[in-house]
Amino acid sequence: MYAVEVKDLVKNYGSFQAIKGISFNVKEGEVFGLIGPNGAGKTTTLRILSTLLEVTGGSIKVQGIDLREKPDEVRRVISYLPEDAGAYKHLKGREYLKFIAQFFAEGKEMEELVARGLEIANLGERIDDKVDTYSKGMARRLLVARALMIKPKLAILDELTSGLDVLNAQEIRRTVKTFASQGTTMLISSHNMLEVELLCDRIALINDGMIVAEGTPADLKQRYEAQNIEEVFVRVVRK
Amino acid sequence: MSSLGKIIRKEVKELLTPATLIPIIIIAILFGSLGGVFGGVEEQLEEPPMIAVINEDGGSLSLVAMAVFNATSDIVYNGTDVQEALNVLDEKGGVSLFVIPSNFTSDIENDTRGTIEIFWIMKGAGIMDSVPGAAADANLMYVDQAISAALINGNMSDNASLILNPTQYYETTLFKGKEMTGISPPTIASVMSSQSFVMPLIVMMVIIYAGSIVISSMGSEKENKTLETLLTMPVSRTSIVFGKLIGAALVGLLMAVIYMFGMSYYFDSLMGSTSIDLAEFGLTLSILDYVLVGMSLFASLVFALALCMILGIFTKNYKAAQTMTMPVTFLAMIPMFVTMFTDVDTLPMVVKVLVLAIPFSHPMIAMRSLMFDDYALVLGGIAYTSAVALLAMFVAVTLFKKDILLTGKVSSSDKKSRYPIIALLQTIARKRKK
Repeated sequence: MYAVEVKDLVKNYGSFQAIKGISFNVKEGEVFGLIGPNGAGKTTTLRILSTLLEVTGGSIKVQGIDLREKPDEVRRVISYLPEDAGAYKHLKGREYLKFIAQFFAEGKEMEELVARGLEIANLGERIDDKVDTYSKGMARRLLVARALMIKPKLAILDELTSGLDVLNAQEIRRTVKTFASQGTTMLISSHNMLEVELLCDRIALINDGMIVAEGTPADLKQRYEAQNIEEVFVRVVRK
Repeated sequence: MSSLGKIIRKEVKELLTPATLIPIIIIAILFGSLGGVFGGVEEQLEEPPMIAVINEDGGSLSLVAMAVFNATSDIVYNGTDVQEALNVLDEKGGVSLFVIPSNFTSDIENDTRGTIEIFWIMKGAGIMDSVPGAAADANLMYVDQAISAALINGNMSDNASLILNPTQYYETTLFKGKEMTGISPPTIASVMSSQSFVMPLIVMMVIIYAGSIVISSMGSEKENKTLETLLTMPVSRTSIVFGKLIGAALVGLLMAVIYMFGMSYYFDSLMGSTSIDLAEFGLTLSILDYVLVGMSLFASLVFALALCMILGIFTKNYKAAQTMTMPVTFLAMIPMFVTMFTDVDTLPMVVKVLVLAIPFSHPMIAMRSLMFDDYALVLGGIAYTSAVALLAMFVAVTLFKKDILLTGKVSSSDKKSRYPIIALLQTIARKRKK
């Protein structure tokens, strides 16, 4: 069974067609990357898979659950981290993790989720400070912790390390890799080609609402006779 | 253009938006309308009041009084039967019946103040409704002056106190089937307006506080980018909507209670010694009445919150959320002003329907209506407000499941997103038909 099965997905905003019938599958435990230029349809695809946007056409299954039929069930197995997500500013870091964890578990099990979140966030004593006082890197680490502490079947991560410095970005990538190795399927989008190459088992290049290339980083580099994924990206988009 | 000019231009452009202009224009229109209403009051005061007179006395001083009534009022009945006189007044829209008893002249001649019995026909309990009665009341002053003059000219009395104040009144007010003895319409209107002023104020404060909390919460969720996370949690959309509504209602009620705590002291200090107990005149509310008022307020609050939730869905950030509360504030202000100045029952039918179409009007008029046993209006209001509140809740929950929550537009194949709610309702109707 695939963790994600997308078939002929179409998304219209009024008369504008943002997604033009894309299809792709993601295997369980795989890190799958969606890359493409701005406005290509990456975030729209991720938002649809996160049950945030309605589907105009096509079908989607997440862990075998039909997303159009049972969005509530899909929400139980996914975790979505938007590109510019925020946390409730009036809460402290620890309180925020508790607030989220209580929707997934109770009692001791909930405490375990929070403990895992604290470990992922790795914010030291600052975890007991208000989120409002966090730097961008600290806030992002807290949000990644929120997304992964529940050990979702599928983590949907939009622009995982956007705006972060090298150290913070590297730490977050390491965390994602660890969770992927423990069985969480990862669907990520990124503008950072190095990140994509480092993290992803397979990549789909999306342009103007269509998937124009798909494969492992090695396959794509070979197919497009490129040194790296950035070159693949440029060649595919300019084609 | 200088640098200063460029900055001024940029600031004006940024601040002068429809969101800032529309509220000011509406306030100007509201105050303009109030000006019109007060202008109308002056006209009403200039018109002679429509009265009925029964003169059971044939004495000279009763004739003086009759002469004054003839000169200052429009007498629609001049006979001997009280019931007949009241029927004529009711039919023609008159305001009062003056009965001059048989011993009127002789009493004054014997150094006792002459009594005029007055039956006031009260049409509404608003401040404005007492205006025609006030004109008739003013004519009684002319009667006093004329009798004083007659007493002096005829050298009929050397009692200065009597000359200055030769008459006294025995008043009965007839209002909505109740007969209240010893009290005049302006006093009733004044006491009732003071009492019924509190209810509209509570309703308005709760609606504005709770409503702005809901809209601001939505604006804040969008601005802080926390909404998307919330929507992807294993929580039903209905739970999110209800959670926000109930949370806002509790905080809004708490804020209103604190506010009203201070306001009650303010009102007490204003009412003070002039306070009249309406219970003495049969104008009381039972426990059931208070339950009905509470139900009316609750239904109205639910509607307000659901409406604010719908408006909140369209808001993009916290700042935009602040201006989004304006439509709800105005909807609450209109019935508040109306109930402060007039009785809904006395409004022209079209205006009355428009006012009653605003769900917030019903809790504002509930107390006054229940005092006069108008249960049909209150129960009808509760039913109507509940129905509108349920519809608003349904729309809010439905919108929460739509793209519009994140995109601000209805996702549909045709371009009708300028009217997203209408488009949404059409889509739902089409789906139901299928």
